Amino acid sequence: MSTLPLSQDQLRAQFGPHLNLAPPGGWLADPTPDKVVETHCCFCGQQCGIKLKVKDNKVIGFDPWEEFPFNQGKLCPKGVKRYLQGNHPDRLTKAMKRTENGFEPMDWNEAMARTTAEIQRIQQQHGKDAFALLSGVSLTNEKSYLAGKFARLGLQTRNLDYNGRLCMVSAGAGNKKAFGVDRAANSWADIELAEVIWVTGSNVAECSPITTDYIWRARDRGALLIVVDPRITPLARTADLVLPLKPGTDSALTNGILHLLHKWKLIDWDFVSAHTQGFEEALEAVKDCTPEWTSQMTGLPVEAIEKAARIWGEAKTSFLLHARGIEHQSKGVENVLGCINMVLATGRIGRPGCGYATITGQGNGQGGREHGHKCDQLPGNRDISNPEHRKYICSVWGCTDEELPGVGQSAQEIMNAIHAGEIKGLMLLCFNPLVSLPDSQFTREALSKLEFFVCLDFFLSESAQHADIVFPSALHEEDEGTTTSAEGRVIKINKAVDCPGDARPDWQIMVELAKRLGRGRFFDHFTSPEAIFNELRVASKGGTADYAGISYEKIVKNMGIFWPCPTEDHPGTPRLFEGGKFFHPDGKAKFIPTPWRPPMEVVDDDYPIWLTTGRVVFHYLSGTQTRRIGFLVEQCPHPYLEIHPRLAEKYGLVEGDAVEITSRRGTMVLPAKVVKTIRPDTVFIPYHWAGALSANRLTARHLDPVSKIPEFKVSAVRLKKTTKDQFSPELADLQRMAFEARSTQSQMPEQVF
Amino acid sequence: MVPQDYGFFIDPQRCIGCRSCVGACAECGTHRGRSMIHLDEMDRFDSPQTVPTVCMHCEDPICAQVCPSDAIKRSEDGVVHAAQKPRCIGCQNCELSCPFGVPLVFSGLEQMLKCDLCYDRTSVGHKPMCATVCPSQALLFVRKDEVTNLRHNKPLRDFLIGSVRVKTKNAIMVPDPETPLHLDAALLIDGGL
Ligand code: SF4
Ligand code: SF4
Ligand code: SF4
Repeated sequence: MSTLPLSQDQLRAQFGPHLNLAPPGGWLADPTPDKVVETHCCFCGQQCGIKLKVKDNKVIGFDPWEEFPFNQGKLCPKGVKRYLQGNHPDRLTKAMKRTENGFEPMDWNEAMARTTAEIQRIQQQHGKDAFALLSGVSLTNEKSYLAGKFARLGLQTRNLDYNGRLCMVSAGAGNKKAFGVDRAANSWADIELAEVIWVTGSNVAECSPITTDYIWRARDRGALLIVVDPRITPLARTADLVLPLKPGTDSALTNGILHLLHKWKLIDWDFVSAHTQGFEEALEAVKDCTPEWTSQMTGLPVEAIEKAARIWGEAKTSFLLHARGIEHQSKGVENVLGCINMVLATGRIGRPGCGYATITGQGNGQGGREHGHKCDQLPGNRDISNPEHRKYICSVWGCTDEELPGVGQSAQEIMNAIHAGEIKGLMLLCFNPLVSLPDSQFTREALSKLEFFVCLDFFLSESAQHADIVFPSALHEEDEGTTTSAEGRVIKINKAVDCPGDARPDWQIMVELAKRLGRGRFFDHFTSPEAIFNELRVASKGGTADYAGISYEKIVKNMGIFWPCPTEDHPGTPRLFEGGKFFHPDGKAKFIPTPWRPPMEVVDDDYPIWLTTGRVVFHYLSGTQTRRIGFLVEQCPHPYLEIHPRLAEKYGLVEGDAVEITSRRGTMVLPAKVVKTIRPDTVFIPYHWAGALSANRLTARHLDPVSKIPEFKVSAVRLKKTTKDQFSPELADLQRMAFEARSTQSQMPEQVF
Repeated sequence: MVPQDYGFFIDPQRCIGCRSCVGACAECGTHRGRSMIHLDEMDRFDSPQTVPTVCMHCEDPICAQVCPSDAIKRSEDGVVHAAQKPRCIGCQNCELSCPFGVPLVFSGLEQMLKCDLCYDRTSVGHKPMCATVCPSQALLFVRKDEVTNLRHNKPLRDFLIGSVRVKTKNAIMVPDPETPLHLDAALLIDGGL
């Protein structure tokens, strides 16, 4: 039983999060580096270029990498302070086992032997599929590819999935249906040239800050900006039109817009008839979506809906961007398709200044969904159920069709199966489900039921605290490889320092485990990330995500290559669909009708308020890294509840008051942040924290039927004013830590300038 | 020397409150660990508006005028430097008199420190650290004649603060009066566009 070995307080005292405030050696240490390594940020999907300064095998700071075309030196605060994750006191450097008294360091060999034995025991007793692998998309392309192969041929399980399942899968599924390929249609360079930019379900300023400059550059040329979001985010503040719709009603809005585009004759019929299919059906589905109906569904005024349709419809060029706001829903795929229908109906794709993209959230969100560590997919974005695709991958991997498992369960379904006792063993790689999956109490119960749980991580995440064995793996700057940015640009991560202690790159750990499981023949040749990449290139060849012509050398020389890039002499493809050519066999894009249906959970008398969740600029996902970096914690130490003054007044709440928030899953107490910039029927909580402070205590496990993404963005809650003594001890701890961080900075030792 | 034809243009309208500037300023080679840029939240109740403040590098700096020990020097290229250590007596006159609230006397040091336009960087052809990293380029460091091509709002370098006229090397970009402001979601829902 993987229950916690110590109390959460004791674990926190031992493994953190503690704060790292200063570079190795302190601020007075000589900042002159031995070498400077050009690489990329370890956080969000934009993968900004950055130079890391290295001295004595430690990252001591950064320099902006101004030549890198995407961000030209710009960085958000996470990128600026990312170097503080290295040399961190919480860093795991030894293999560990869980005992009754907590975690104890362990001999590497012994850890390997025990892990191998437990995997074999579980699989003998309960079948191969009773052991599952969950991995993350902060992994490089090489590691994603390897994780897919390792699960199928090393562990021989079909139950493998990835945390992109909690991120962009709805976009991926929608894109594949409509375009036959899953990638941003354009590089960000087209944003600058657009006349209208439509941003929906994306707090660009906080989640993809560098993109704000692309948008502003377009606005400087006269572009209009439309932002659709229940909250007025820092980018929306000055937008030409803001549509703060009711959570969960995104496809009602896009249906309403399509209805008006047709009514007002703003359809690009030449494009629609030459390059698309299914428009009549899509129109049929929106024939009753009048502005009045749309207004009723979305809670937006009729004039605003009409204005949006007018601005969008009359433009010559446009760029539509969306993110988790529309994708994190049980209708995520429909929301995405609604957006695509708007883009296709106006023919604004595949030419300069016209584009469409989802802004990937995780570091390698794009690449991570191409190389086969999804339960239903093989490398090159191939389909695991397609006999032709299977045959090709078997030929690359040198296995038989019988040896290659079929479709497995998705991330949340794996957790459900663990809870139900069907899956008994788990390997976790770069994923913190306890914070990032919905209904976190349920996740904790599930993790506690595992017979054997092994984790590969560099900090002891809240999920890893349940593990039986923990292997210390590598930080981003301790290994090399490639990732694929939100734009579809494949870039090179370069190694800056060596792993400390016994820590090793995750790929080495997987290869060693595979060998011990007697499956070495499939993995023996993986002696470097480049060796893995070279097999990935072959495996992706002829697939939609074709990397065959991309080499490490070529990436470095060109500062990234956009896939598809089928041959060595191919320059890569920044803009897809030029000339209206799509990736379906007939070359056409498909309109998919999106008839309206409500979210899985709606407000009622018991739970009368909508809850939506999201990010802040200072933290990244489950916070495993950013909650350990002093500067970032200082700026935003803990979560809060954003609430409109009208609603706050109803509950007698003022700024800072304690408010108890309860959903059908759980309850939590947070300080109120009273702001006019959110709908008065909706509250917002940022989700980066764990335990009593985890917004995912409240969210539900409802899934989109196609993408299996959980509905993080829509739940129903009730509120109650309470007293500050109800705040959890964690909240007070975090406040104290942030305060101490601030005072340490101001009392820095004397220094002469 | 910082090239005369380069300028620093500060556009609060674009600021997204990310504090990259604050974080990055503390990382440069000269005043390690301490940030010389402030980021103010205006009034979060009403708006997510934030405003970055760096030294405006006044043509006739009041901070220097009021300094009793002549510790604050303006170099030929128009950069107003932090107080010189041997001279600075930590009296806080500069702190109190600067119209933009820039200089800070650090207690541990008993010395005033302020933004020196990242002299270590700008004097060798780089941009100031904050302007380099600023994700939305609310902090822009470019050739002065480029601004008109890049931005359609106007730079302001000449301020009337009360009855005092302050001319500065750095410019504030004045918001375009045409830009709509959306600050209350309830009003938008009620129909006020
Ligand atoms: S988190 Fe994203 S925006 Fe911030 S520096 Fe890293 S890659 Fe750039
Ligand atoms: S802005 Fe303040 S600190 Fe800067 S030069 Fe002017 S008076 Fe001095
Ligand atoms: S870096 Fe730029 S956008 Fe961010 S807070 Fe500073 S000025 Fe504002």
